[in-house]
Amino acid sequence: MSSLELLALSPPGWGGVLLKGLALSMTVAVGGYLVGLLIGIGGAFGKLYGGPVIKDILNTYTTVIRAIPELVLIVLLFYAGSDLVNRILVLFGSRPIDINGLVAGIMVIGVVQGAYSTEVLRGAIKAINPGQIEAGRAYGMSAGLLLRRITLPAMLPHAIPGLSNLWLIATKDTALLAVVGFMELTLATRQAGGATKAYFLFFSAAGVLYLIVTLLSNVGIKMIERRAYKGMPGVG
Amino acid sequence: MIKDWLKPHRIVLIGIALAMVTAIATQMRWDWLPNYYGDLLSGVGVTLIILFASCILGISFAIPLGLFQVTGPAPLAVASKVFCTLIRGTPLLLQLWLIYYGVGSLFPQIPWIRESILWPYLREAWPYGVFALTMSFAGYEGEIMRGAFAGVPAGELEAAKAYGMSRWTILRRIWLPRALHRVLPTLAGEVVLQLKSTPLVATITVVDVYAVISKIRQETYIVYEPMLLLALIYLCLTGILVSTFTYFENKIPTRDA
Repeated sequence: MSSLELLALSPPGWGGVLLKGLALSMTVAVGGYLVGLLIGIGGAFGKLYGGPVIKDILNTYTTVIRAIPELVLIVLLFYAGSDLVNRILVLFGSRPIDINGLVAGIMVIGVVQGAYSTEVLRGAIKAINPGQIEAGRAYGMSAGLLLRRITLPAMLPHAIPGLSNLWLIATKDTALLAVVGFMELTLATRQAGGATKAYFLFFSAAGVLYLIVTLLSNVGIKMIERRAYKGMPGVG
Repeated sequence: MIKDWLKPHRIVLIGIALAMVTAIATQMRWDWLPNYYGDLLSGVGVTLIILFASCILGISFAIPLGLFQVTGPAPLAVASKVFCTLIRGTPLLLQLWLIYYGVGSLFPQIPWIRESILWPYLREAWPYGVFALTMSFAGYEGEIMRGAFAGVPAGELEAAKAYGMSRWTILRRIWLPRALHRVLPTLAGEVVLQLKSTPLVATITVVDVYAVISKIRQETYIVYEPMLLLALIYLCLTGILVSTFTYFENKIPTRDA
């Protein structure tokens, strides 16, 4: 078969399988990124305003996660995470559930990203002029309102470079899920290569797909930056 | 100082941590450990060799990559830029598999490669692993070097030119040392990132410490204990790397510190 036939969208071509893998990769990347962002917001606030115990625990979390290879974390959390959930379920008397790979993948990427997000957001919040937060408090805003109206919007411009970097890392970290047998783009590519022996062709094709994602993301990031930095000559 | 650090809540937390470690040490299975001391040591050795080889080769490749992007000539600048974008825009695992399965499967079909003296090495997995990691480090570090070269104050280069230095002397005496000085603080982080990339070579049958742990898991059917040990090994390696770099960073004089 020629290269074009091999890459055709419908079988016996493998193009459809690759695109399905890409869709799964992107789902995990988006999901994991959002979970990481939630953990990051919580973690950053805990680190800045939490009690001493919370601060120490969060410091341990970010240090440990950032010191251990993503591959090891993914293998460990992917199996241990689902096992732990099931053991807790059994402990409370319900039956163990079969956690699907997608949810497990999103949670694993989320926990890893959360540690990095925590650090990015903590730095961004610290960069806000404290007077703005004090002014909010002086107006009698509750903590939630202060977060929603002042802190989050004011820190965003400072967080954008770090957060866009994390997004690019998230899209590439999903490839590591191939090692635990999750059928995302990289594993789908390897299977296509194994079945047809055209490894070089398929890995190059997958590389192009990842590259398109990165380049499109860069365009999106540029647009967001232009919007966020409007009228702020000092930042960016 | 140590009194500041050892606040009451920390003593409680350390106590809890110690209790957890004791529980892990006594409640979990560690009887397999003595059988694998040798394997683990050689695995750590392979990891470290791959780490240092790829870092040193990678940085020597990154210097021209960064320099070309700043000085040109245009075709080389574009080529360097494309290389860095390609490396940084695709996952390392994919690059590794492309090189090992893709390029590696093309080699045996080419007669003159089969007859060359390199062939015995090309039949093994580790050259592909080191090559992929080197290219990856060069790609990321090349981008950093570009920033470092561009960030050296123009006045210093002009002063060197005014002294009548040739372009090569300027590069050797002023530009490169100043650029390297600027990247030093980021180097520790980059090397730790590279350490965290090394276990990927286990997926192409290189026996590093990750592969040793995988072998232990398969042979003993013990799931979690070897992985916990592996996490601990990487924690220690990261700690040692970071403190070594901090030690040397403090030795290098800086005016604005």
